[in-house]
Amino acid sequence: MIGTTTPAMPTAPGVPAIVSSRFGVADGHTLEGYRSSGSYEGYSALRAVLEMSPSAASEIVKDASLLGRGGAGFPAGIKWGFCPADVWPRYIVVNGDESEPGTYKDRVLMERDPHQLIEGCLIAAYAIGAAQVFLYVRGEMAHAQERIAAALNEAYAAGLVGRNILGTDFSVDIVLHWGAGAYIVGEETALIESLEGNRGMPRLKPPFFPAAKGVYLAPTIVNNVETLSNLPWLFSHSVEEYRSVGTDSSPGTRLIALSGHVENPGIFEVAQGTTTFRELFESELYGNGIRAGHELKMFIPGGASAPWFFPEQVDLPLEGRVVGGAGSMLGSGAVVVMDETTDAVRACLRLVRFFARESCGKCTPCREGTTWEEKILQRILDGHGRPSDLELLLDVADNISPGPYPVASDPANDLDAVPYPPRQTTICPLGPSSVAPITSAIRRFRHEFEDKIVQRDLIPVEGVSVDV
Amino acid sequence: MARLTPENVELAHRIIARYPRPKSATIPLCHLAQEQDGWLTDEAMVHVAELVGCTPAEVLGTASFYEMFKRHETGRYCLNVCTNISCQLLGGEELLEHAEQVLGVRPGGTTSDGMFTLEDVECIAACTEAPAVQVNYRYFHRLGPDDLDQLITDLRSGALDDVVPHHGTLGRVHQDLDGDRIANITPPEAQTEPVWIRRHRELAESNDGGAS
Repeated sequence: MIGTTTPAMPTAPGVPAIVSSRFGVADGHTLEGYRSSGSYEGYSALRAVLEMSPSAASEIVKDASLLGRGGAGFPAGIKWGFCPADVWPRYIVVNGDESEPGTYKDRVLMERDPHQLIEGCLIAAYAIGAAQVFLYVRGEMAHAQERIAAALNEAYAAGLVGRNILGTDFSVDIVLHWGAGAYIVGEETALIESLEGNRGMPRLKPPFFPAAKGVYLAPTIVNNVETLSNLPWLFSHSVEEYRSVGTDSSPGTRLIALSGHVENPGIFEVAQGTTTFRELFESELYGNGIRAGHELKMFIPGGASAPWFFPEQVDLPLEGRVVGGAGSMLGSGAVVVMDETTDAVRACLRLVRFFARESCGKCTPCREGTTWEEKILQRILDGHGRPSDLELLLDVADNISPGPYPVASDPANDLDAVPYPPRQTTICPLGPSSVAPITSAIRRFRHEFEDKIVQRDLIPVEGVSVDV
Repeated sequence: MARLTPENVELAHRIIARYPRPKSATIPLCHLAQEQDGWLTDEAMVHVAELVGCTPAEVLGTASFYEMFKRHETGRYCLNVCTNISCQLLGGEELLEHAEQVLGVRPGGTTSDGMFTLEDVECIAACTEAPAVQVNYRYFHRLGPDDLDQLITDLRSGALDDVVPHHGTLGRVHQDLDGDRIANITPPEAQTEPVWIRRHRELAESNDGGAS
């Protein structure tokens, strides 16, 4: 039971293991293992990239339409292009501060295949001309820090990182940095604040778009661990091969952490865009069904910040635009399945409590709003709810995210979906994310809340009669 | 106890050298102090401030934001039970309640023998292995109440000493980056266009010049 990471299961027939090919390899985390196992030869992509021009390398990433895997799903190649021309230095910050509830993929990538990530960092650094790469690993992930430190030491000794890499004029340092426990640091401007040694509070955009004014106010590209881990496979294969997996708008694969009430929870590398949630839940390759004797009540398609989906949405594909149009998001590849035994109020409170605890406190609507959302939900769960509480909750939520909030359709009640993303009165999306479980749960399971808001027994007072 | 030891000061200087600006080393140095003392003392924060060149208040300001930094003494083992959604669905909250009863403390409390500090933590990225627990940031997966009892017994008896280091220790392998190994770490003001970028730009410009 001592925590060794569960290896990813095999991919479906015809789907290549782009990032997970060494998860089951005992020495896949070492330089030797990286070179001799997996779906491509380790560091061969770097050699190929050093033969081409930096702009050609960027073009390949753009042509492959490699979407960011951190949550927003923005194309990495286009993001790289946002750096202003002729402004130096440029930095790369790798976002390994994985903490979105339900998400469990970057940790596996860092523990199981650190060299893949390092090679990805080198390719990105070469392409954009980075002076230095900061690999920011979440503080609690001690083992991932060890694996990356060991891999960096090997890579430096082998001349793969540092000065004159592989005998060329390409030189870059990769520095392992580690955090100290704060979800908000996963937001890219907060990550940068944290890296500068400050409280991890997001910066206002504009003007602080990282690509223009990032670390030390220099142009900075912040990429997720999984995004960069795709690069070695991409550059040792071809854009065509990469784009042959998934769909046109969502090519390649995604690592999905499937957790909750399924028979076989685990981390699966699936084709983006073509795999459906039903396949994910029911296929023997993946979830192998909702746990025996139970049925699906709802599921979270993309981490705690994503509005909930219900049985009507299971046939949707894992495709960003489709899921967005249906009222939620694919987010960070965290799918949490809840069966009919789940108390919607209790699950909602737990998710909201997370956002209340993790709010950085910079913006008032989020700092105060998430705290009140938690308090109100807690009193409803404790049996002290007031009849006005549901409207109050929705009102507090509306102050953080005004207007119709993204939510899935509810055909039984003839309600349409509200597409993603939500509006916000805050600097970053943390506050608005706290609204996702509230609107999802109240719209669908209002009766569960109302059942908990009970009338208190009246204390009889002599001589006074009350009509009840 | 409190200021960094001479060995740790040397390590601190090596860590600082990895950043273009010293203040970026604040969090790693606070971790170093916590690894030394088990928690982050006022004296250590004053020392960190001297090392990175800011005020002690700035170090406190940073450190107090992050929940891993403990501003008071903790138990030998920080037992962190995850109760977030994936773990909640499979009994994380019940496991926390069980831990409260077994240890006789509420989350945030330390047992009177100084062995355990219990914490109710947010998602620790082991969602498919729920319910999950970390002890001094080492993972234990899919624990039921009996498994937790066994874990506590093993920790008390020292049977897990090789697996679980004392509180404050994170990675036991460190990046070995200093002196000759560093390729190009200078303050941002001192940086110019990277050589390989310049080479390719000049090459492209001369090709364009040749074509026109």
